[in-house]
Amino acid sequence: MSHGKRALADWTTGAEAIVYQSCAACGSLQYFHRSFCRACGAPDPIEKRASGEGTVYAASLVVRAATPETRAHVPYNIVLVDTVEGFRMMAHGDNDLAIGDRVTARFSQFAGRLVPYFARTKIMRVRSASRRKHESFTASKR
Amino acid sequence: MSFITGVGLTAFGRHEGSSSLDLMSKAAELAVADAGLTRAEIDGVLCGYSTVAPHIMLATVFAEHFGIRPTYAHAVQVGGATGLAMTMLAHHLVKARVVRHVLVVSGENRLTGQSRDASILALAQVGHPDYEVPLGPTIPAYYGLVASRYMHEYGVTEEDLAEFAVLMRKHALAHPGAQFHEPITVTDVMKSKPVALPLKLLDCCPVSDGGAAFVVSRERTSETGVRVLGCAQAHTHQHVTAAPALSELGAEIAIARAKQAAGVAISDVRYAAVYDSFTITLVMLLEDLGLAARGEAAARVRSGYFRRGGEMPLNTHGGVLRYGHCGVGGAMAHLVETQLQMTGRAGNRQVRDASIALLHGDGGVLSSHVSMFLELTR
Repeated sequence: MSHGKRALADWTTGAEAIVYQSCAACGSLQYFHRSFCRACGAPDPIEKRASGEGTVYAASLVVRAATPETRAHVPYNIVLVDTVEGFRMMAHGDNDLAIGDRVTARFSQFAGRLVPYFARTKIMRVRSASRRKHESFTASKR
Repeated sequence: MSFITGVGLTAFGRHEGSSSLDLMSKAAELAVADAGLTRAEIDGVLCGYSTVAPHIMLATVFAEHFGIRPTYAHAVQVGGATGLAMTMLAHHLVKARVVRHVLVVSGENRLTGQSRDASILALAQVGHPDYEVPLGPTIPAYYGLVASRYMHEYGVTEEDLAEFAVLMRKHALAHPGAQFHEPITVTDVMKSKPVALPLKLLDCCPVSDGGAAFVVSRERTSETGVRVLGCAQAHTHQHVTAAPALSELGAEIAIARAKQAAGVAISDVRYAAVYDSFTITLVMLLEDLGLAARGEAAARVRSGYFRRGGEMPLNTHGGVLRYGHCGVGGAMAHLVETQLQMTGRAGNRQVRDASIALLHGDGGVLSSHVSMFLELTR
């Protein structure tokens, strides 16, 4: 685990939450927990709970996994999400997510762990093309 | 000044029964002999790492095994950038007169020494232990993420990526030491098994056994000398989650500094050796380095620009994509091939002019970069 005490539990410790840090001195945000601000070095950045809203920045559907535990889940989509709060995070998501999709987080079980999982924000569902299978994954071509 | 005075490279693929030390020794023996030196003349050793046989003092272990007593020795770890990072360090060590001849060596029985799963798992640990690794990403997935974004921003297609796998395979066909010897087509790449989309099996480098070595010396040891003109590094992040925008990646920073250190421009370059762990790696680095405009690298492949007979021959041994990838030694093969091309010893792969070469290595997920220019001096 990372250094420093945590005020708020998050998914990395099994709680259904996404937590980030905000520096009181310079205002920088960071997702990876530290006991200091990586931008200005000020100690004890404030921990905040994220809303779970964001936009897909990148996506890669994993078809070849490396352990028996993760292989049970293939294919699973690894996504980078730019949160509305302004930090980027890695998570799982629906297999047909495309770059630019507005997404909302929930939590799911993966290989014995709790992980953040993003699905398209409800309002966007109308134009969803969820029938696409991984063979026709075209997120990158749009 | 510093010169690459000798090179050694084993075939890549399966070396059943060979340990990492065996493969290192084999390559080292070739490089020392190629430099026209004896083992006793080697006073510096830099080595990479082995995921099969990790050790806290690998350079010392190797020196004892190889039978030398260097005055300077240690290992270096920068992922895929390790080979060029060691070369850069060797360059500065001999320039500063710390040592005369540095043996740069690496080798690993990554294919037969452990399972493919074990290799994939070991490499996935470049991810963040708390915020990334629990999600089950693999190295191809980290690069798949980068690929999806790059393709989205610059209109690069999966077929464009496939062109690079085909080109590297074409080049590997001419090298007897390459792991793969059957030609492939864009269709073969497109139809290959999905690994971490948009990357498919043939977009990925293989896992190999192999070894590579070279000697970096203060003076040349033969008439033709391959001189290090200048080099530079950049380290922008480790984890893909913390990567800067695509327009601020480290390759551009490293190449700008290296151009300044070497006093050359991209237009002076006659041969390119660029790290190619995945097809997307090669596309992005070529465009970051200025060897192709944004989104145009694939068009340059199609026009023959990067072929052996083209304007900018690229990885004429087949790169790590198709010569093979045994870890640190994989990327070192790029430099071995470059030195052979520059000294006119590449045989059936020989290009017309390799008088100035650009090499670039990348470690992690486009995290650590080393750019280097070499010049032929007669």
